[in-house]
Amino acid sequence: MKETIISVNHLVKIYKMGDLEVHALRGIKLEIYKSDFVAIMGKSGSGKSTFMNIAGCLDVPTKGEYMLDGVDVGKLNKDQLAHLRNKKIGFVFQSFNLLSRTSALENVELPLMYNSKITSKEMKERSINALESVGLASRAHHFPSQLSGGEQQRVAIARALVNDPVVILADEPTGNLDTRTSVEVMSIFQKLNTQGITVIIVTHEPDIAAYTNRNVTFRDGRIQKDLTVEKPRNAAAELLTMPVLSEEDTI
Amino acid sequence: MKLRNQLKAALRSLGKNKMRTFLTMLGIIIGVASVIAMLAIGQGSKESIQKQIANLGTNLLTVFPSASMTGGVRMEAGSSVKLTMDDYKAVSSRCPAVLYSTPTVRTSGQLIAGGQNWRTTVWGVYPDYFNIRNLEIEKGAAFTLNDDRTATKVCVIGQTVNKYLFGEGQDPTGKIIRINKIPFQVIGLIATKGQNAWGQDQDDIVIAPFNTVQVRMMTVAYIQSIMLSATSEKMIPEATDEVTQVLKERHRLGPSEDPDFSIRSQADISSAATATSSILTALLASIASISLLVGGIGIMNIMLVSVTERTREIGIRMGVGARGRDVLLQFLIEALMISLIGGLLGVGLGIIASGVIASIMSWPVTITIQSIVLSFMFSTVIGIFFGWYPARKAASLNPIDALRYE
Repeated sequence: MKETIISVNHLVKIYKMGDLEVHALRGIKLEIYKSDFVAIMGKSGSGKSTFMNIAGCLDVPTKGEYMLDGVDVGKLNKDQLAHLRNKKIGFVFQSFNLLSRTSALENVELPLMYNSKITSKEMKERSINALESVGLASRAHHFPSQLSGGEQQRVAIARALVNDPVVILADEPTGNLDTRTSVEVMSIFQKLNTQGITVIIVTHEPDIAAYTNRNVTFRDGRIQKDLTVEKPRNAAAELLTMPVLSEEDTI
Repeated sequence: MKLRNQLKAALRSLGKNKMRTFLTMLGIIIGVASVIAMLAIGQGSKESIQKQIANLGTNLLTVFPSASMTGGVRMEAGSSVKLTMDDYKAVSSRCPAVLYSTPTVRTSGQLIAGGQNWRTTVWGVYPDYFNIRNLEIEKGAAFTLNDDRTATKVCVIGQTVNKYLFGEGQDPTGKIIRINKIPFQVIGLIATKGQNAWGQDQDDIVIAPFNTVQVRMMTVAYIQSIMLSATSEKMIPEATDEVTQVLKERHRLGPSEDPDFSIRSQADISSAATATSSILTALLASIASISLLVGGIGIMNIMLVSVTERTREIGIRMGVGARGRDVLLQFLIEALMISLIGGLLGVGLGIIASGVIASIMSWPVTITIQSIVLSFMFSTVIGIFFGWYPARKAASLNPIDALRYE
C-alpha cells in the first residue's frame, strides 16, 4: 500500500461575508499518496483554490479533518502552522510572489532563513542546488526584474524545493505564462515528480492537467471526478519538438 | 530567523528607501541632539552657579548679633555689639562640627601708597579666614596668629587694591601703605577671585590681623561677626545648632527664647540657586524631549506605511514559514535601527551643537556622560515603543490575506 501524504475528510470551508455565508467547500474526502502528481481542476468558484490554501496550511478549514504527513493540522496553532509550512510544504503561486530587489539566490534562501538549524554555508549550498535543479544556477545573482516570467516561476519552484518538503503545492503555476514556458515549467514538475516528490497543481487548463498522473475535478465545493491519467504527456519530449520562438507560441 | 540575518534584512530594507529612512531618522537626530544640548546648557549654568557660590567660601556660616533696639527703634542687623571675644572662644572650642573659625571686624579705610590712594574695606581676621573663604595667596604670604597676638601692622591686599595703588601685575610685597594714616607693610597679594554672584568685586579688599584692626584702627572691644566653616556641607545644620546652643547658653537665653544673634549659611543660597537651575534644566530637557517624542511618532507613521506597502512581502515570508514573532522582530528591528542610528548621529550633533552654543553665545556648557546615555536610551525606548504597534500589526496579518493583498 502506498504511503499517504495528504488525507482530508469531511472538509468544509464557509466564508462569512456579513450575513451571507459562502460555502466554498462542502465536504471533501481525498487522499494523496507519496509521489503522486495531481492536478486539481474545476471552474472558478469550484473551491479548488480554497482547498489548496487549506492544504498549504495558509488557511484553516471550518470543519473536517486534515492529516499532513501524519500530523493532525486541525490541532495546530499559528506558530505550529508556520513551522509546518516551513518544513513540509513548498508553495508555488500564479503570480510568482518573489521578493523584488532581492536576488534569485536570496529568494530561494528565504525558507531556510526561518529554519534556525541551518548554517549560512549550508543555506547557500542548498539554495544553489535548488537553482541548479531548475536550470537557473547561472542566474543566481539576478533580480526578479531581470528575469523572464518563466525564469521567475522557476526561481519560485526552487524556493519551494529548497526545504526538502513532503509536498509541493502549485496554485495555477502556468497561469501567467505562455505555452512554451508553461511546458517548460511542467517539465520541471515532471522531473521533480520522477525523483519522488509529491506535486499538486491547481489548473483550469485540461492541456496542463494532461501532464499529471491524476486529475481531481472540483465542482461547487465537492469532488466531481477523480481520474487516473492513463498516458500522461511528456513535457520534456514535447519541448524538443517545439520551435523555440514562433508566432503560435507567443501570447 | 537568526539575528544576523534579521539585521541584514533590516539594513537592506532601510537602504531601499534611503531618503525616507533619513527623514524619519532626522526626527530622532534632532530630538536627541536638542536633549543633549539643552542638558549641557542646564548643567553648565548649574555648575557655574555652584562655582560662584563655592567661591564665596566653603560651607560658610556667619554669626551676626541681632539688630539693636534703642527705645523701641530697631537698628540694622549687626548693629548690636553683643558678640564678644569670649563668645568666639566658646564657639571655636565647644563646637565639634566647626572646622575653621575667626572673629571679624571691618572698617573702611583710606589707603595711601606713594602718590596713589584708594578707599576700601579693611577686614580684621584670624588666618583661618583664608581657609573659610578659599582665598589663595598669589605672592608673598598670609599673616600668622603670632602677628595677631602682637598686633603687627601687616596686611594682605586684593588685586583691585594692588591695581589702584601699585599698578596691575606689580608685586606689592614689602611695600608700605598707610591705612587711615597708620603705616602697614604689605606681605601678600591675594589671587584673583572675581565678582561674586551679586556682582560684588571680591578683590577690592584689605585683610589684616584681627587684633591690629580691632585695637589699633577701631579701638573697640566687641567683634562684629564670627565666620566659621562646617566640617562638611552635610554638617552645616549640625554646626548651626551647636553654635546656637553655645551662644544661647552664654547669653543666658532659655531654649524657647529668641536668640539675640542670627546665623546665615551659604547652604540656603546654594540650595535655592541649585534648585532654580535644576528647574531650568528640567524645563529645557522636557521641551527637547517633546521633539524626541515627535520623532518617535514619525517612526511609527513611516513603519505603518511600510507595513501596508509590504503586506505582500509579509505574506510571502509567512507563506514560507515565518512565524508571527519573526515578522514582529523584523519590523521592530527596523524601527529600532532608525532610532539607534538616529540616536548615535544625534549624540554627535548634540555635542557639536553644544560646542557651537558655547563659542557663539559664550554660555557655560557642560556635556555629561549621563546626558548622552540618558538621551540615547530614551531614543531606544522610543524606537521600541513606537515600533511596537506597526510591528504587531504586521505580525498579526493573516498569511492568506497578506498574499492576496494588491
